[in-house]
Amino acid sequence: MSEWRYWLNEQRGTLMGLAIFLLMFAVYIANHPAGLTANVAQTAANKGVLFAFVAMAQTLVVITAGIDLSVGMIFILTNCLASWIVVGEPLPTALGVVAVLAAGMVCGAINGLLVIYGRLQPIVATIATGAVYFGLALLLRPFPGGSVNEDLADALTGRLFGVIPSSLVALAAAVLLVWLPFRRSRLGRAAYAAGSSEQAAFMSGVPIRRGKFAAYTLAGLLAAMGGLFLTFFTYTGEAAYASGSGYTLWSIAAVVLGGVSLYGGRGSAVGAIFGAFAARTTGDMLFVFDVDPLWQPLLQGVVLMIAVSIGSLALLRVRNRLDWFQ
Amino acid sequence: MTTAEIQATSPLFRMEGVSKRYGGVRALENAKLDVEAGHIHAILGENGAGKSTLIKIMAGVVAADEGRMLLDGHDVTFRSPAAASAAGIACVFQELSLIPDLSVADNIAIANPPRRFGLIDRRAQRAIAAEALARAGADDIHPRAAVKDLPLSRRQMVEIAKALASKPRILILDEATSALTAGDVAKVFAVLKRLRSEGLALLYISHRMHEIAELADTCTVFRNGRNVASFRAGTRSDSEVVEMMIGREYSNVFPPKPQRAAIAKPPRLECRNLGWGDRLRDISLSVAEGEVVGLGGLDGQGQRDLLLALFGVLRGTTGSVLIDGAPMTIASPAAARASRSAMALIPEDRKTEGLMLPMTVRENLSFAALDHVSRGGIIDRSAEEQLIDEMVRLLAIKTAGLDIPVGALSGGNQQKVVIAKWLMRNPRIVLLNDPTRGIDVGTKQEMYQLLRRLADAGAAILFYSTDYDELIGCCDRVLVLYDGRIVRELEGRGITEHALIASALNVEGGDREGTAA
Repeated sequence: MSEWRYWLNEQRGTLMGLAIFLLMFAVYIANHPAGLTANVAQTAANKGVLFAFVAMAQTLVVITAGIDLSVGMIFILTNCLASWIVVGEPLPTALGVVAVLAAGMVCGAINGLLVIYGRLQPIVATIATGAVYFGLALLLRPFPGGSVNEDLADALTGRLFGVIPSSLVALAAAVLLVWLPFRRSRLGRAAYAAGSSEQAAFMSGVPIRRGKFAAYTLAGLLAAMGGLFLTFFTYTGEAAYASGSGYTLWSIAAVVLGGVSLYGGRGSAVGAIFGAFAARTTGDMLFVFDVDPLWQPLLQGVVLMIAVSIGSLALLRVRNRLDWFQ
Repeated sequence: MTTAEIQATSPLFRMEGVSKRYGGVRALENAKLDVEAGHIHAILGENGAGKSTLIKIMAGVVAADEGRMLLDGHDVTFRSPAAASAAGIACVFQELSLIPDLSVADNIAIANPPRRFGLIDRRAQRAIAAEALARAGADDIHPRAAVKDLPLSRRQMVEIAKALASKPRILILDEATSALTAGDVAKVFAVLKRLRSEGLALLYISHRMHEIAELADTCTVFRNGRNVASFRAGTRSDSEVVEMMIGREYSNVFPPKPQRAAIAKPPRLECRNLGWGDRLRDISLSVAEGEVVGLGGLDGQGQRDLLLALFGVLRGTTGSVLIDGAPMTIASPAAARASRSAMALIPEDRKTEGLMLPMTVRENLSFAALDHVSRGGIIDRSAEEQLIDEMVRLLAIKTAGLDIPVGALSGGNQQKVVIAKWLMRNPRIVLLNDPTRGIDVGTKQEMYQLLRRLADAGAAILFYSTDYDELIGCCDRVLVLYDGRIVRELEGRGITEHALIASALNVEGGDREGTAA
């Protein structure tokens, strides 16, 4: 095999996520009354970026063969927190942003500690912590309200040079500053190794615990970035339970669409971003086709099912049935 | 070796009075070991003799309950595999320690990947991997290939390269050649001899006597958790060594074969022009009832695919399969084991394809035969019980109880459970995929006898083995595969080591030997 085929093999999941997104986005744009204008792109980007941050967070945990059912609640909690403290003059605003991100990391770190040192199953541990985080959000914002530094919010949800949605630039920065260094670091390698085969990783002297802890903590950080953007987007904080649960569940769909294996050890947050945008587009699609709101949840489910099926088409070509289970 | 002799030398590594218990089971009792630089030290013993525990203690995987370890004369304790590795002890584990989703290069450099500005330098990592692979004589493996896409023999070479890449002072090889092809074994031996001359200490664990005879300078035999004897290699005969290992007389490893005339029965299993992509080409064979037919050849020439194809695992096969002379389409393992064909496949990788490790011995045993002991979907507990008891007795499965997880048994006993599970269905056709890999001599011997008993009871047996001795000792006929084709058929006295190797390599000479029968 030549070099590029190895590369293709490594990136297959991500490229599949990209292909699914492009396909769905093309259908969406082709049927949009306005077509691909800067405005349409900006709105799509802003909505997609919220999802993308949460999906990236989910990816980090899923890579370790875990699952984080609290990502949506960290997202909501940091939104509520930001609506109190990301306000005022530039300096207090900056401190507020740092505090919100730190709060997300603490939430992620608590998940990590429970799973790694408390030896709880990730699914149960994060259901519990998710409820706690939502409880805290509710205490912070019993009723929707609060505000945010609108200059900052407008800058980050607007457009750069009149065309590029600045939220996409922020997302790209998160990929460059958080995801890529993690993936290329020893801890990131340890997270992948632990997810692929924890026993082999232990035998090989890999720092499994630190790798997993880093993954959970950074997941909290990325979810908090999503929470910040939600605040910038809505100018307010709201402890919305349904929204938090929805983001959690759809983040799992997004990582699968993006080629991340739920068994751990395989996949990339970049793929999950494409998956998130694809998942987001399923919702938008129903608007351009002017579907009766009553039918929307059902049809959204059907579209998602089709999208996930495209990703697993490869299984139909399998000639050794044992490969199905790998 | 006497005490005086041991003190005269100054070993690189010494273990004194080391004991380890798992629950009530004594895995290791007052073990002593001296490992010298520039020596290859063979460790022998049956499975369950304490070798694996000894190695795990040395490699920092488990902690000893008692005793001390000295490296360069200083007391050491290893809290983790990483600590042992940092002290210069590298281990090639029998249960591969590779991470399937990562690339070969990622795996080789896993303990200490090269970094630039704090991030892993993948280019440098590939260079390290390429060098380590070349040192291990496995430069056919691409550093970017994903480990899960490699066959077992290549993975084992990666495992060896990985151990070499950490530049160890003590290298432990635990059954490291069990899945290797003959060509690889020769390369690995050359590497090991070079390492010895470079002053490394090597601990070599193997069940293959001829490997030990070729490599070892010193041998230590373990039995029931104790070291029975240490001696210079070559000072004891093979049968003396084996007697030390099993603690009883070792004779008639292989049961006698019946006369050819006695098995001139109609074919039970036949296939004609079987093909599967470019992995199996034009395979025609037949196995009569009461016959043991071996599959030989280098590893990865299609033997495993052939067994899977017959068992209905592969899709898109061409050609036809006949059972008792009647054409049959076997579209799934469920169809293969159904009563018309009554096939059983004993897989190579018992951990993933043969057993459900966390489930109990009882559950594993009765899975494949549940329909035989249930009525209207309800399991008849007493019938199940009776069948299980019979199997445990028949195969002499050593277990602390039927309700412990099967993963807690030793490798040999796990394999017995796999076999017992299938025997409970009274299969008429038994396919075996290298069933004795990594299993101790005593259990192997029991398996050979079992195979012959099954054949005598009327089963047709197709048996793939990477061990030539087994093919010679067990089989009535041997089909040698090369590149997905049957290149030679050896029969009776024509099954010799020379004929097997020559035809496995598909060179001249196999012909002459084969037809001499």
